[in-house]
Amino acid sequence: MAATRTTIAKALNAGLRRAMDRDPKVILTGEDIGKLGGVFRITEHLQKDFGEDRVIDAPLAESGIVGTAIGMALRGYRPVVEIQFDGFVYPGFDQIVSQLAKLHSRSRGHLKVPVVVRIPMGGGIGAVEHHSESNEAYFAHTLGLKVVFCSNPEDAYWMIQQAIECDDPVIFYEPKRRYHEKGEVDLEATEAPRGLFEARLLSEGADLTLAAYGPMVKTCMDAANAAATEGRSLEVIDLRSVSPLDIDALTTSVEKTRRLVVVHEASEFCGFGAEIAAAVTERCFYHLEAPVLRVTGYNAPYPASRLEEHFLPDLDRVLDAVDRSFAY
Amino acid sequence: MSDTGSASVLDRRPPASADGGVDMIQLLTPEGERVLGGTAADYVHYLDELTHDDLRGLYRDLVLVRRVDQEATALQRQGELGIWVSLLGQEASQIGCGRAMRRQDYAFPGYREHGIAWCRGIDPMELIGLFRGVDKGAWDPNAHNFHGYTIVIGNQVLLGVGYAMGVQRDGAVGTGDPDRDTAVVAFMGDGATAQGDVNEGFVFAAVNDSPIVFFCQNNQWAISEPNTRQTRIPIYRRADGFGFPGVRVDGNDVLAVYAVTRAMLDRARSGEGPSLIEAYTYRMGAHTTSDDPTKYRFAAEVEMWKLRDPIARFKAWLGHEGIADGAFFASVEEQADELAARLRAETVGMPDPEVGDIFEHVYVEPHRQVDDHYDQLRDYLDSFADEDGE
Repeated sequence: MAATRTTIAKALNAGLRRAMDRDPKVILTGEDIGKLGGVFRITEHLQKDFGEDRVIDAPLAESGIVGTAIGMALRGYRPVVEIQFDGFVYPGFDQIVSQLAKLHSRSRGHLKVPVVVRIPMGGGIGAVEHHSESNEAYFAHTLGLKVVFCSNPEDAYWMIQQAIECDDPVIFYEPKRRYHEKGEVDLEATEAPRGLFEARLLSEGADLTLAAYGPMVKTCMDAANAAATEGRSLEVIDLRSVSPLDIDALTTSVEKTRRLVVVHEASEFCGFGAEIAAAVTERCFYHLEAPVLRVTGYNAPYPASRLEEHFLPDLDRVLDAVDRSFAY
Repeated sequence: MSDTGSASVLDRRPPASADGGVDMIQLLTPEGERVLGGTAADYVHYLDELTHDDLRGLYRDLVLVRRVDQEATALQRQGELGIWVSLLGQEASQIGCGRAMRRQDYAFPGYREHGIAWCRGIDPMELIGLFRGVDKGAWDPNAHNFHGYTIVIGNQVLLGVGYAMGVQRDGAVGTGDPDRDTAVVAFMGDGATAQGDVNEGFVFAAVNDSPIVFFCQNNQWAISEPNTRQTRIPIYRRADGFGFPGVRVDGNDVLAVYAVTRAMLDRARSGEGPSLIEAYTYRMGAHTTSDDPTKYRFAAEVEMWKLRDPIARFKAWLGHEGIADGAFFASVEEQADELAARLRAETVGMPDPEVGDIFEHVYVEPHRQVDDHYDQLRDYLDSFADEDGE
C-alpha cells in the first residue's frame, strides 16, 4: 500500500481520471470544466488529456446539461455532470426528477441511465446567496435516484469511481468547504475499501451515536473528541449514502448506545434528519433513552454569509444536543 | 365559444395565417393536385424514389393510424382506457416524417406520435397499454429506435440532442455510409416551443452541429391556447435565431412532409447539423379525451380544416393518377376493420399488472428502502390470504 496524502479536490480529480482511463464511454459535461478545470478545479487538466469530446464545456443551461447527459447515456455513454454550485441545480431539477429518475422503471428495465450528477454542496465559504445550499432531501425523496456524500479524500477517490460504475443515476455531493482538507489515499489500490451505499463506523463509542454525512462528519468527529475529554464516549457514523439509507448500521449502533443525534446543514423542517429520526424510532423504540435529536441549519433560508456561522451546526451546537440527550 | 371580453394587450395579435403563408412547402393541394414549381421544386426529387407500392403504402399507413385513433377514442369512451391522446388530423405529418426515417435513425416523441410509433414498428397495443394504465409505455426503445413517451412538455428534445451528441462521438455521422450515418428526430408541438428545454435543445444542437431534426407539429392549439399565446413569429423562423435552417411544410400533405423530412435528415446525417421543420397542421379533435374544445374554438375553424383533410387529398390524387383503384381502397378499409377488431379484443382482454410491478425496475441494483416496502406490501396482502384460508 502506497498511501498518498492528498485533498478531497485532488482525490476527486484522480478518481475521475482513473474512471476515464478505464472506460472510454465516461464523459464529463458542465460549465467551465474544460480549460478552466471547473470553478473548484476538480476537472483540472482532464480536457487537455482526454479532449473536448470527453470533457465538454457546456452552454450555461443546467436543464440542457442534464437533459443532454441523459441522452448521451441512452446512446451508451456514462456522463458525469458537474453542477457548478448547489443552488444552480434547480433549472435541471425537472430533467433529474422527471426523466433521469424514472427512465429505468418507465421502460420496465429496457433503459439504463448511468448518469452521475456532481454537486458541490453546503456552506461555510462566505459565498453569496445560492452558493451554500444543502438540497439533498429533494433528491432523496425521489425514488429512482441514489444520493451519496463523500466526506474525506479516500471516499472522494473511490466513491466517484463507484458512482460512475453504478448503472443507476447517482446524485454525488461534494462538501465544498472541505475540498482542501487532506487525508491518506492509496491511489494504486485495485479495490474500493467499502461499498458505495454502506455507512461507515468512524469512531466507536458507548454512550451516544452521532450520525452525519458530507461536511458535518468532521464536525461530529471533532465533537466526539471534545466529548471524550469530558468522559463521554460518542460513536460517529458517516452515513455516506442517504438513498439508499444503510438503516442497519444506524439501528445496530443505537441498540448499543441508546441515544442518537443527527447532524446536517440543511434546515430541520422536512430535512433528511426527520427520515432518520422516524426510521430509527420505529425500529429501536424500546432501546431509546431519549428522543432522536437533530442539529441542523435553522428553519429559515440560508442567511447572508456574515451570519452563516450562526446558521450552520458546529461543535458547540452538537455538544449542546448531546447534553440535551443525556438530560432525558 | 363565449365573447372574448374587453380589449387587452392580447388584441394586437396578428391575424392567423390560416393557409400557412407563402413560404409553406406544399406538393399536393387540398384538392389533390400536384404543385410543381415555386419553393416545392427543391424537394420534389425525393418523390422520384417512391414506387407506386410505396405511395399506396403511405395511404395504407394514413388510414390505419386514423383507425387506431378512432378505435382507441371509442375504447376510452367505453371506459376501457383512462385517457387517449388523439392524433386526428395529424396523420400526414407523422406518416410523412416516420417513413422518411431510416432504420438506424432515432425518434424522441412527446406523447401524440402514434403515427411515428406505427412507422417504427411499435404495435398500437403498446400505446394502448400506457393509456389504459397497465404500464407507462413499456416498449423497448432500442428495439425500434423509438423512445418512450416523455409526457413532460419539451423534456424529450434535450434527450434527443444528447443522443445525437452520442451519435457524433460514435463517429456515426458524415461518413457517407448510408447504413451508418444516423440522425435523430425530436418531436414537439407548438406549445412546447415556449419551453426552456426546447430552446436549450436548439442551443446545444446548434453549438455542437448535432445530427438532429426538430420536428414541430404546429396543430394550432396547445390544449386551449392558440399559437398567438406561444409565439410572435411563425415557429419555423425561430430557427434563424439559433443558427440553423427552419422550414414550414404543409403538415396535411404527406408527400411534402416526406420530401422535406428526407432533405433535413440527409442534411443531419451528412454532418451539416440541425434543422427545424414546422409541420403546419391542425388538431381536428380534442387535446385528449378529457378536453372540451367547444369552450375555446369555433366550429367553423374545424370545418375549414376538414376541407384540408390529409387523407382525402392523397386519396384523390392516388385515384386521379391511377396509382390506386377502388379495389385497393376497399382492401385498406378491410384491413382497418380487422386492425380495429384486434385492438378492441386485445384491450378488453388485457390483464391488470401484478401489484409487484410497483417496485420492479425502480433501480438496476438493489435499494434497501424499496425492497423493504415491497416486503411490507406482500406481508400486508398475505395477511388477507390467511384470513381467507388460502
